[in-house]
Amino acid sequence: MGTKEEAQGTLSSTDFGVAASAFILNWNTVCSSFPPWTWVLSHHQVEGYLSLENVLLSSTQEEHSELSFPEAGKHSHQEDPIDVDDATLVHTNPCKVHYYDLHIIYCNSYRVPVLYFRAYDSDGEPLEFDEIEKDLPAYSKKALSDSKWTFITQEEHPYLNRPWYKLHPCGTSEWMKLLFHADDALAKTGVAIELYLVAWLSVVGHVVGLRIPFEMMKQL
Amino acid sequence: MEEAQKYVWEGAIPLQIHLHESEVTTLPTPPPALILAPRIGYLPLLIPQIKPHFSNALPPGSPDTVWFDYNGLPLKWYIPTGVLFDLLCAEPERPWNLTVHFRGYPSNILVPCEGEDSVKWSFINSLKEAAYIINGNCKNVMNMSQPDQVELWRSVLNGNLEAYVRISSKLRLGTVGDEYADGGGQGQVKTGRVPVRLYVWSVSEDFDDLEDAPQIDSWDKISYINRPVEIHGEEGNYFTLQDAVKSILPEYFPNKSSTKEESSRDEDENEQTVPSEEGEKYLSENVDTCYPSDNVEIKLVRIQGIEPKMDIPFSWVVKNLTNPEHYLHICVCLKVPQVL
Repeated sequence: MGTKEEAQGTLSSTDFGVAASAFILNWNTVCSSFPPWTWVLSHHQVEGYLSLENVLLSSTQEEHSELSFPEAGKHSHQEDPIDVDDATLVHTNPCKVHYYDLHIIYCNSYRVPVLYFRAYDSDGEPLEFDEIEKDLPAYSKKALSDSKWTFITQEEHPYLNRPWYKLHPCGTSEWMKLLFHADDALAKTGVAIELYLVAWLSVVGHVVGLRIPFEMMKQL
Repeated sequence: MEEAQKYVWEGAIPLQIHLHESEVTTLPTPPPALILAPRIGYLPLLIPQIKPHFSNALPPGSPDTVWFDYNGLPLKWYIPTGVLFDLLCAEPERPWNLTVHFRGYPSNILVPCEGEDSVKWSFINSLKEAAYIINGNCKNVMNMSQPDQVELWRSVLNGNLEAYVRISSKLRLGTVGDEYADGGGQGQVKTGRVPVRLYVWSVSEDFDDLEDAPQIDSWDKISYINRPVEIHGEEGNYFTLQDAVKSILPEYFPNKSSTKEESSRDEDENEQTVPSEEGEKYLSENVDTCYPSDNVEIKLVRIQGIEPKMDIPFSWVVKNLTNPEHYLHICVCLKVPQVL
């Protein structure tokens, strides 16, 4: 167990693989009614990243929207959104429905996971950032206006070579450290690596309105 | 101030910039713009010089984001101009013929650019990342005063090395290069992490002459690898450029060197990536199955326009050829046998 790195709130790339694998198993067992996270291999099978695509964001009457999970298998387009077959999509209120693709990619520089995402409407058209901004919770909008260039930026997806939105990772290790130090028991039992991603996503997910199912959180 | 660093800062590429034919609305076609582009600069920073040259020929209406292409390949604006040239012109072309567009920004390929501000923040975010790699935190960059931040950026904009050295020394981003110099050339290298961006162009067919090298017509042919090089000091043995390049390409040069990050850890090496039986479904462990490393050949390594010998100390390369955001940009051409 990488105790040194745990204390710094960071992960080695090997540990990211371990954490990702644990996260997938955990998610798929505990949250079997949700669409599964998958591991996508890249760079000649040496590296990979976590992927959850096609998450539905439905705007509600409430203050902020939330990402929700359509029932598994209800619709599954894994293709490029441009080629989406219209018939497989839900047609409740087309102008209000946004889909999000989320990827969790390991960043070798900061030694932490980084959330990349993109969004598109029910026609498969990519959303402009001002539309995505409307989807974000109020606290994210605030952070965005305070730090336009260092919070969410459009950058290249390290594996797909295309512009995606990225949540800046420079503060991640600091608050992961806090998260782990807050719970002495957690630090002592040494389960941190397996639970790193649940803990991480429980914080990072909020930025884009993604709530971790309660069943997952119970393990923290 | 090092002499090599001065050469890097003074390095420039003569550009011959043509207006894309679809945007020409006057006859005769406006002549191309000739500009000397600093190696350490970025293409959007040239727009204020280029725009007036073509303003009379442009169609009316408010222009889109300006972008450039080379032989049809849209150029990524956040890659330093010198790196683009080293990467995309295997056989250096002087002047370098680029095409400028004032319309039709290819936003599916290129990250949006809001002019100098975007470039500046891309630079500062990279500097922050480099600082984190070197020092384990980016406090020095985050806590930089506003005037210092402005002056640092201006020094890069204007190619003012003296001003740059003055401000950047406050950031305390000394790297392993300094250790090497202090060691009196004994080749002792301290352990450390070095910010490196590697641009890998893989070719499957051999060519003897760079003139015969195939044209890079899509970014999908380039692997962009942003991984720090980990240097583990070893008595009497210096860490070479070759060691560095191979250590960040484990997919091509699996695990031969002892410099890999993981090997110093007290884990069973065979279990590096696979935590459990179920895990094997998701994670592949054995890189040896992909490419037998003997068949992969490093055809070309180019840094700041030069092709250094592969056995020179990596610390020398870092000390002298790093860009102002403290990243070392390395262009590599690999000959990889076609996978069946």
